[in-house]
Amino acid sequence: MKNKQSWIDQRFPLTKVWNEHLAEYYTPRNFNFWYFFGSLALLMLVMQLVTGIFLTMHFKPDSANAFASVEYIMRDVEWGWLVRYLHSVGASAFFVVIYLHMYRGLLYGSYKGPRELIWVLGMLLYIVLMAEAFMGYVLPWGQMSYWGAQVIISLFGSVPVIGPDLLVWILGDYAVGDAALNRFFSLHVIALPLILVVLVFLHIVALHTVGSNNPDGIEIKKNKDKDGIPKDGIPFHPYFTVKDTMGAVAFLWIFCAVVFYAPGLNGYFLEHANFIEANPLQTPEHIAPLWYLTPFYSVLRAVPPMFGSQFPGVLAMGASLLILFFLPWLDRSPVKSIRYRSPIYKWVLGVFVVSFVMLGWLGMQSVTPLNVFLARVFTVLYFAFFILMPWYTSIGKTKEVPERLTE
Amino acid sequence: MKIRTKIKLALASTLLSFSVLAAGDLHLDHANTDISDTASLQNGAKLFMNYCSGCHAIGFMRYNRIAKDLNLNDSLVSKHLMFAGEKPGETITTAMPKDAAKKWFGNPPPDLSLVARSKGTDWIYTYLKGFYEDESKAFGVNNKVLANASMPDVLWSLKEGKPEAEFDQDVRDITNFLDYVGEPAKLIRTSLGVWVLLFLGVLFILTYLLKKEYWKDVKYGIWRPRD
Repeated sequence: MKNKQSWIDQRFPLTKVWNEHLAEYYTPRNFNFWYFFGSLALLMLVMQLVTGIFLTMHFKPDSANAFASVEYIMRDVEWGWLVRYLHSVGASAFFVVIYLHMYRGLLYGSYKGPRELIWVLGMLLYIVLMAEAFMGYVLPWGQMSYWGAQVIISLFGSVPVIGPDLLVWILGDYAVGDAALNRFFSLHVIALPLILVVLVFLHIVALHTVGSNNPDGIEIKKNKDKDGIPKDGIPFHPYFTVKDTMGAVAFLWIFCAVVFYAPGLNGYFLEHANFIEANPLQTPEHIAPLWYLTPFYSVLRAVPPMFGSQFPGVLAMGASLLILFFLPWLDRSPVKSIRYRSPIYKWVLGVFVVSFVMLGWLGMQSVTPLNVFLARVFTVLYFAFFILMPWYTSIGKTKEVPERLTE
Repeated sequence: MKIRTKIKLALASTLLSFSVLAAGDLHLDHANTDISDTASLQNGAKLFMNYCSGCHAIGFMRYNRIAKDLNLNDSLVSKHLMFAGEKPGETITTAMPKDAAKKWFGNPPPDLSLVARSKGTDWIYTYLKGFYEDESKAFGVNNKVLANASMPDVLWSLKEGKPEAEFDQDVRDITNFLDYVGEPAKLIRTSLGVWVLLFLGVLFILTYLLKKEYWKDVKYGIWRPRD
């Protein structure tokens, strides 16, 4: 065994990698509930890749056959229904995990220096994941697949001057159709998953370079013993591998409860109208993207058309995503964790969470004057969270951060 | 230039469709179906094949799948469910020619494979019971759920001379059958789920104990002496 190990180590840094990323990756010992979601996101990525491989074996990316091929998977392919539900519920579960993972970052200031790059890579992951999910939702070729794609892709057409040509270039046709379905399939199963895997790799390498943040927001690397090991750190393996395994099983229990007992989650994970085959001649009464895209969809709808163009709304939606990238440089607070932040920050974060959730809810509702008004209020609050951040994070009294972890 | 105008028009209409409001919600009766009730599914299958399948296909469903899932043997299926010499592995289509159907009804009667998933069981149940007399319509009936439905009240002969509760049960059985047809895997999904959750429950206890055992080191500072 030892011989084999050194044989490999002379040719590939196996032991070095194992130690650097697991056995000697020192992790703050006070990780709480919020710290499960990083490893769970990785679990969901694997889940989507594996189930996706099997779905690709049976799915037909052809506008005449796509819808029927999904039903073929649901009925005639052995265990096809389970693989399909794991994949469709998996998409929503992935976003649940990602949103909680990002919220953890907000709670404990994980995006602040020296972890800015981890945050930026994570944001890139988030945006690629949204594109991946959107294109995946088009593939079953139901009414919501088709009309959702029509609405979202038409946004590119609102770009001044080049819009209409850009639209045709994206779709390969004048409307969403077979050409679009084929290229979305290609992007969904090859291009975007590849990018996701590479970004996840970079995200983790960046994390392991600076080390993990923790609920106290204390840099454990500032307190090392004579061997150069952080005093408040414990090796990732075995302590967090066993802990994250436990977390994964608990998560899978909830996940499977949904897969087996409410796979459509009453229209939230699989919209009812998507069980009607795409029909370009029949616009559904109500078009809404799936829940994980609705906060940004709300921002889009909140901005009124200007000069007869929808483009300002599109810009606002783009800005609502782009501004997240700048979080590490907008936050001027001397402390990282919510535990030591000023009361002002806690209130502001609360308002932001409410705004984001409300935008998400409004994005699923039909347009009424009241809903438009609310969407505008929450859009302003959403942007205010970022734009005013340099100001409200530099005022208010923060608590003193201890030298060592408190628990 | 012309194409550009067309695209712009298409764009405008798509963006406008955000603002189209959903139709007002109509109160639907609770269908109260139970997919594990095999007798109900069998009766529903029989009624569907006799009263509905003349016009409506359930094109994603196969005869032998119904036979297997509803505990029917092949001879029962061919006697009660197959009327035109189909083979057991075939999907359930309708004999009505599409062109003729379009002429007769304005639109060909839709395939009902997934109607329970797109509309829900309550909708089907209330719709089937929702016909009322309306002389202005071609078939003399209208529907309270789907106004101006072009479908005649095909179940009227089933209703004749029957207590209302019995008719309700028949409609419930058809609805139940369509719920099954919408997702045949539902039968196994709900029964298998219990075992999956039980397994994961036990596995959770084991992983929790494993974690606790390892973390004793951290709790009591055994992992490494801390100052």
